[in-house]
Amino acid sequence: MGVMKRVSLVFKAKANKALDKMEDPRETLDYAYQRQLENLTRVRRGVADVATSRKRVELQMNQINQQSSKLEDQARKALSMGREDLARSALERKSAAQSQLSGLQEQFVQLQSDEEKLTLYAQQVQAKLDAFRTQKETIKARYTAAEATSRINEAMSGISEDMGDIGMAIQRAEDKTAQLQARAGALDELLASGALDDLTGHRDDIQAELDMMSASSDVESDLRRLRGELASGQAKQLESGANGGQAQGNAQRAQYGQQQDNQQTQPQQPPYQQSAALPVSDLPVSDDVPVSDVEDGTGS
Amino acid sequence: MIVRILGEGQFKMDDEASAVLDKLDSELEAAIDHGDEPAFSAALSTLLAHVREHGEPVSAEHLGPSELILPHEGSSIDEVRKMLADEGLITG
Repeated sequence: MGVMKRVSLVFKAKANKALDKMEDPRETLDYAYQRQLENLTRVRRGVADVATSRKRVELQMNQINQQSSKLEDQARKALSMGREDLARSALERKSAAQSQLSGLQEQFVQLQSDEEKLTLYAQQVQAKLDAFRTQKETIKARYTAAEATSRINEAMSGISEDMGDIGMAIQRAEDKTAQLQARAGALDELLASGALDDLTGHRDDIQAELDMMSASSDVESDLRRLRGELASGQAKQLESGANGGQAQGNAQRAQYGQQQDNQQTQPQQPPYQQSAALPVSDLPVSDDVPVSDVEDGTGS
Repeated sequence: MIVRILGEGQFKMDDEASAVLDKLDSELEAAIDHGDEPAFSAALSTLLAHVREHGEPVSAEHLGPSELILPHEGSSIDEVRKMLADEGLITG
């Protein structure tokens, strides 16, 4: 006997057991109706739970996206300061965050389709239940207990299959929601702790190594890209400097000459303050801070 | 013949479409017997697609049992085995 036939027999056996328990078969109808009403409420709650999970996943995706772009900014900054080690560690975190993101995207799509299916299913159950209520009242009004038995058996075998189906659908939805909530809770904690670089928890060694290799190649390619961006940025600056006209060039040369003179007259000035003095001469002089004060400050 | 897909509802199928179900069902059964999860999920997907494509959704007014019942989309072998063993999965 095929699988599908066996499953239907299991359902039928359940229906018969439920019918045997009742003394007056008409009670079975009321009982089944009540049960199915409760089930419908639970299915609707299931739809709401799935929607909540979907929103939570969406929120986490946004958080991780923000985190990723923040980490990329940090890496760019670190690289421009010549701190490749810092840039590398930021990009490693970014790579870990990205791997979380693809898992969440999958979940999001799955939840959307679950929500749609459950909503449709709840509508179907509602329609069936309305039809069942009408039939149940007709049977109760027209037939005595003895006469009603065969009619009730027919209606009951149908509604009982519906009840078994809906019961399983509810169970599946609840199990899935509980699982997702646990995962989402864990990820929330992870996001809060900021430890997105430590995600290779429960995986086998080979997978961990593969992940590490792909993560490090991600990091390398990110580093190359950022270096490229920086280099082209500098090239543009140089270009605009060269095209800036001779007047500007002369002005700059005059400024540098002056600063060199200053350095010559103040040989005791520590080297790190020389570089600090460069931008000061370019800054607009504000009214409340006399230039001499600034220069005294840097010189002392 | 009326066929139910768990979690989706009942479908009415003509004899021609029902005949194909038998062949697909034996593939499903073989996959369960061998514990072959990929073969199982492929056979189940094909079965479900066939019923959805060739079956006519049964109206809400119809209150009757189904001759054949198909597991939920995405079911695992383990779930189906439990269902067949009737380990309290089906609420009565």
